[in-house]
Amino acid sequence: MTERPIIDAEKCDGCGLCVTVCQCNALAVVKNVVTFVEAPECDWCTDCEAVCHTGAIACPFEIIGPPS
Amino acid sequence: MTVQLDLLKRIPYFSGVGLADLESIKKLVFERSADRAETIVFEGEPASSLYFVASGAVRIFKTSAEGKEQILSIVRPEESFNDVPIFDGGSNPASARAMGPVLLYGIKRNDVEAILRDHPQVALNVTKVLASRVRQLVSLVEDLSFRHVISRVAKILFEQISGETDRAPRLTQQEMAAMAGTAREVVGRSLKALEERGAIKLDRHRIVITDKEALQKITEVSS
Repeated sequence: MTERPIIDAEKCDGCGLCVTVCQCNALAVVKNVVTFVEAPECDWCTDCEAVCHTGAIACPFEIIGPPS
Repeated sequence: MTVQLDLLKRIPYFSGVGLADLESIKKLVFERSADRAETIVFEGEPASSLYFVASGAVRIFKTSAEGKEQILSIVRPEESFNDVPIFDGGSNPASARAMGPVLLYGIKRNDVEAILRDHPQVALNVTKVLASRVRQLVSLVEDLSFRHVISRVAKILFEQISGETDRAPRLTQQEMAAMAGTAREVVGRSLKALEERGAIKLDRHRIVITDKEALQKITEVSS
């Protein structure tokens, strides 16, 4: 499954700012809440997280140790 | 498209300004649109207009001689940018780039002066906006000048992989910023710096520790 940003629908106010900054058109506002739509793989630029003023989008990084 | 009075009303610069005054201000406002990644304002160039974001988002950043970018802020709808050079007559202190399709409302420098003379409420609002901007920048200067944020971010990453758990920890840049006591913008730059030093590799949604010893060394810088 494609890794995708985590959206907190409770926090989202549907302003759509994240949709405008998403470079791969992976986000859309549906029924006033942002949702991830099937799109070419998200490149994890984290711009959607950066512009969200309600903190509704999270782009967590998996932290992986060096090969042992 | 015409300049929307409703949107003008919500801009902090025009807070508390009566409808008649706002109608006269509106005549001096022009629209400008920008495409994704378009640079709207170049650092060091003369400033001609003050801008407000009507829709979309704009990244404000400075570029070092080596080409590294430091994000100063993200400007969202109803917020302004390029205020400082409009008021002090100097050049643009930073660049501004559209993060997606952007619609801007602009006011030319001479018209800004006329608005301030004719509408004292706007002048009062401007002082509030600039004061809050100074506060935000002072905090960023503190982070960049006095704190060894790179070593703190390195420490956070180091601690994540030194735990007992088998599950890979996951952290957002916002969470790392909160843990390091800094701004998200500074974390982004710190991660890039750690990658340049060969300690980590950013691979989409993964931060791979490529050189644990190098990472540990960076954590030892006094913070």
